Amino acid sequence: MKRKGLCLLLLLALAGAVQAETVFVTLEKDNALAVVDPVEGKLIKTVPVGQRPRGIAISPDNKFLYVAVSDDNAIKIFDAGTLKEAGKLPSGDDPETFALNPKGDRLYVSNEDDSQVTVIDIAKKKAIKQIKVGVEPEGITVSPDNNWLVSASETTNMVHWIDVKTNAIVENTLVDPRPRAVSFTADSKQLWVTSEMAGTLLILDAAAKQIIKTVKFEVSGVTSDKIQPVGVVIDKDGKRGYVALGPANRVAVINAQTFEVEKVLLVGHRVWNLAFSPDQKRLYTTNGVSNDISIIDLDSQTVTKSVGVGNYPWGVAVKP
Amino acid sequence: MHSINLVFRIIINVLLIIPLFSAGSVYAKAKQAIDIAYLTQEQSVPPPLSNLDPFIKNKGIVGAELGVSDNNTTGEFTGQQFNLKKIIAPLDANVADVFNKELGNKFQFVVVNLPAEQINQLADLPAAKQMLLFDVSTTDDALRNEQCRSNVLHILPSRAMRADALAQYMMKKRWTKWFLVIGPAQEDRLYADAVKRAAKRFGMEIVAEKTWEHTYDARRTAQSDVAVFTQVDDYDVLAVADEQGLFGEYLDYRTWLPRPVIGTQGLVATSWHRNHEQWGAVQIQSRFKEKAGRWMEEQDYAAYLAVRAIGEAATRTKSNDVKPVKDYMLSDAFTLQGYKGEPLSFRSWDGQLRQPVLLAAPRSLVAVAPVEGFLHPKTELDTLGYDQPESQCKWDKQ
Repeated sequence: MKRKGLCLLLLLALAGAVQAETVFVTLEKDNALAVVDPVEGKLIKTVPVGQRPRGIAISPDNKFLYVAVSDDNAIKIFDAGTLKEAGKLPSGDDPETFALNPKGDRLYVSNEDDSQVTVIDIAKKKAIKQIKVGVEPEGITVSPDNNWLVSASETTNMVHWIDVKTNAIVENTLVDPRPRAVSFTADSKQLWVTSEMAGTLLILDAAAKQIIKTVKFEVSGVTSDKIQPVGVVIDKDGKRGYVALGPANRVAVINAQTFEVEKVLLVGHRVWNLAFSPDQKRLYTTNGVSNDISIIDLDSQTVTKSVGVGNYPWGVAVKP
Repeated sequence: MHSINLVFRIIINVLLIIPLFSAGSVYAKAKQAIDIAYLTQEQSVPPPLSNLDPFIKNKGIVGAELGVSDNNTTGEFTGQQFNLKKIIAPLDANVADVFNKELGNKFQFVVVNLPAEQINQLADLPAAKQMLLFDVSTTDDALRNEQCRSNVLHILPSRAMRADALAQYMMKKRWTKWFLVIGPAQEDRLYADAVKRAAKRFGMEIVAEKTWEHTYDARRTAQSDVAVFTQVDDYDVLAVADEQGLFGEYLDYRTWLPRPVIGTQGLVATSWHRNHEQWGAVQIQSRFKEKAGRWMEEQDYAAYLAVRAIGEAATRTKSNDVKPVKDYMLSDAFTLQGYKGEPLSFRSWDGQLRQPVLLAAPRSLVAVAPVEGFLHPKTELDTLGYDQPESQCKWDKQ
């Protein structure tokens, strides 16, 4: 009896731990943030955050959320627990995508209209440098070893390799048309870049800064114009990568060793950005046109649920 | 005294040489130049329909300039330098003479913003044989069919593509009975032909057809003439063919029956519109506006795309020579970003740029064609205009 009670307690505690995982989704047209319990598959609440929220990230200590509110020309800081506004960062005009460094003390913003990247010192809430890049920078990321900041410019069709110590461009790699998202492997040895217009994923060697593999996506029953790769994430074991295929309404599962496309999973309309659960057992996708998120169980590689969140879900971040 | 002077001179010489060396290292990596010409002719100002839209003198040029500057940001990193030479033939000049004099043996890539009747006149000149011309102003279907030339690419959607775009949307709305109103100009006839072709392709019925024979006086035409003129059998939409915009604007709200207007006025099919802001379009709209101080017009968009197409192909082929650049442009590998949500490319059978067509009302973007549900085995974009099996263009026979 006593043991049973203990078990029950343990179960409850475990359930509690699982439930604590929270998914935050920016809703571009609702000027709000959707808060989702992914285990229950439920929208908990929607919180107003400012005009036209798009990019979102959580601090490495999981205490703060950063949200790019494009039409307010700022990146707002929210307490990740209470969702109360805790400050603002000077992002430059029309911030959309941004990246945090692994330590969480620097934030790098793509300023699409000004063809530059703004470097922000988070503690001082100050822009400390503006780096000139190609036309319409979009995708941006910092390597896990904190050596490289990579910015992709959509119209220049390049990824720019910026040394984080000097904040200067060291090298540029020409990639396929309209590069959108960039993501490093956990060991920082490869950079994965999606090209929206060519319908490809490019794998770059981070040391040589050269393309080592081009993955062309094909989906039966979908014409190639509709296959427009956007968000890309790679699991920390380096086993698989996942690419959102935009209006093809699918997420491609790529073997990160052989670069073969193992599977395509049907999700919501115009799938855009992706995020793992902290244990990397699930993948969350924002579906811009169907106004929902899809939850993919990664063990079984199946889509288990879709949760309606609001208008134009854009970015996604997860708090353990 | 002398020795001091000598030392002094040596120091000065050394100081002079140092900057030379450092400059040398900058120029060590010679850039590959890609020279692009932009050719147009002065236009006489047409009679204004209203004072709302001022006459734009530099339509097209600013688009080409923006394209070159975008090309050069890539070029900065790849060692290519794109140069644009703008040639504006005077109003009374013979354009062929200007072409021979200014462009012959000097340029391989020429963006041409000239009326339809001048395109082939230039394309057939001996000087044009080794060139690739980018037509950024015509919508003529004949130039893309029986009169096509292998050294001309067409950037703007043809009349047939535009009419098909409208028809697809009308089919979706089930507004299938059309009243076709045709202006007196030859261009209006061609537009009407495209409307008829589209109606047939998509199962629309043209229940009435009339040619506009009234005046173009707003005071008289708008209230009395239109109401009388539009008394025909019942129809769903009025499709107007008035490319000069002489009377089409007067039709809306003045028809006998309450019916929407589509075609050259009302709901228009266009390659670009100031309403358009999806798929990153808002970025280029604001970049253009900042540069030009006005909205981007269709010719600007076309000139921008033409220059960007040259840039994309030159970058990928690492070449400034017309042959490899053209081969690449017409290959399956070529994709061009055009802010319309789908990659643009050239139809290998007639040199037409494959692209979505916007359906725009004056202040709202109504739809983008191809409309969802219109399918094609290769690309839905080829549901608009002349597909390969229908094309009358025979390049290989030339």
